Amino acid sequence: MHEMSIAMAVVGQVEEAAQAAGATAVRSIRLQVGELAGVVPDSLAFCFELACSGTVLEGAELLTESVPGRARCGPCADEWAVGMPPELCCPVCGAAAAELLAGRELQIAGVCWEEGPVPAPTRERIPEER
Amino acid sequence: MCRVVDLQQAVLAKNDICAHELRAELAARGTIVVNLLSSPGSGKTALLEQELLLARRRGLPVAALTADLATENDAVRLARSGVPVKQVLTDGLCHLEAGMLGAHLEDWLPEDTRLLFVENVGNLVCPASYDLGESLRVALASVTEGEDKPLKYPTAFGLAQLVVVTKMDIAEAVGFDEAAFRANVQQVNPGVEVVLTSARSGAGAGLLLDRAAAVADGAEAHLPVMAHRTDAHHSHHGGGELHSHEGGLLHAHPNAQDGDGHSHAHAAGAATTARAHRP
Repeated sequence: MHEMSIAMAVVGQVEEAAQAAGATAVRSIRLQVGELAGVVPDSLAFCFELACSGTVLEGAELLTESVPGRARCGPCADEWAVGMPPELCCPVCGAAAAELLAGRELQIAGVCWEEGPVPAPTRERIPEER
Repeated sequence: MCRVVDLQQAVLAKNDICAHELRAELAARGTIVVNLLSSPGSGKTALLEQELLLARRRGLPVAALTADLATENDAVRLARSGVPVKQVLTDGLCHLEAGMLGAHLEDWLPEDTRLLFVENVGNLVCPASYDLGESLRVALASVTEGEDKPLKYPTAFGLAQLVVVTKMDIAEAVGFDEAAFRANVQQVNPGVEVVLTSARSGAGAGLLLDRAAAVADGAEAHLPVMAHRTDAHHSHHGGGELHSHEGGLLHAHPNAQDGDGHSHAHAAGAATTARAHRP
C-alpha cells in the first residue's frame, strides 16, 4: 500500500509550509481525497499518525474530506455522479465523458497551525520570590 | 494563536513535477517511457521478452527497466533479448516514483534509446497514482483474472492509454468473455484501445511495440477521461465564487465551505498558494 508514501508526502509538504510561515505546531490538516484517487482513508489515517511523529505535525489531526467523482458530457452537457466503479460514459446519450470534474483529488486543502510570537519561556523563580 | 491557512497543494505535486521534467528531458534526447502496469503474474515479463526481441530484430533501440520487491529473475529473463536491461529492487516499496526512475536512468540508459519499457511493480493499486514521466501507459490483464478487473481497479485501467490482454492462448479453456471485458474497460476508460496477445502462441506479437513506436514518432496517445481532469486548475475552496476556466466556461463551485468569496486563478497542479484567513 502506498498510503505511507502519501502520508509522508503530506507531512513533508506541510512541514515545509509551516517552516516557511514560522508556524510552531500544526493542529489539523484538511485533506481532500477523491473517490478515484486510489487511497484508503483509514489506512492513510494510520500512516499519517506514524509519519507525523517527531515533526512539527506531531499530534495533528487529519481531517479527510471525501470528494465524489463527477463527470460532464460534451454533447448533451449532462453532469452525473460517476459512482464506484465509475461510469464514464454519459447515462443520457452514451458518449464518453468530456471530462472528469472531480474525483481524483489528493489535495491538502488547508491547515490550522500555531503561529508567531512564541510565548516567552517562564523563567525559574529566584529563591527570594518563594 | 491558531491560524487557518488555505494551502491548496496537490499531495503528489513533487512526483508530478519530477515526472514532467523527466518526460521533457527524455523527449529532448528522443526517448519515450512506456509504463507497464498489471497485477503480479499477469504476464508483463513474458510479453516484454517477446517485444524486446522483436525490437532488436527490427533494429529499434529499446531498453527495459524492471521493478520488483525482490529477486533479479525478471532482469535475467529480459536480458536474454540482448537489449540493455536494469533491475530495480524497491526494497518493499509497492510502486515506482518518478524521482526513483530518473535516478536509475542516470549513467545507465544508452543515449540512443528510443523506447524505454518500465515494468512497474506487479500491483494494480499503488503504481496507478504515480506518473513516471511516461508517454504511454499500458495496463495488462491476463484472461484468468476475470472480466471485471477493470471495474475492480478503475484507476489503473481508467488511466491506461492502451490495454493489453495476455495469455489469450488459454482464453477458451478459462472461459474468458472478451465482450464483457471490453465493455468493462469502456465503462472506466471510453475509447481506449484493447489488444489481445499471447506470448506463448505469438498472437498479437509486436502490437505493443508498434503502438509505442508510433507514440515515439509523434502519434497522439489516447487521452483517458480520468486523466482529462480539471482539478489541477480547479481547487475547491472559497464561497461560491465563479472561476473562469480555459475555454470561457463559467460555473460555480459545488462545495462552498466558507464565505470569504475570494477569486483568483490557480496554476496547474503544483500550485502552492498559502493564503491565510483568520477565523
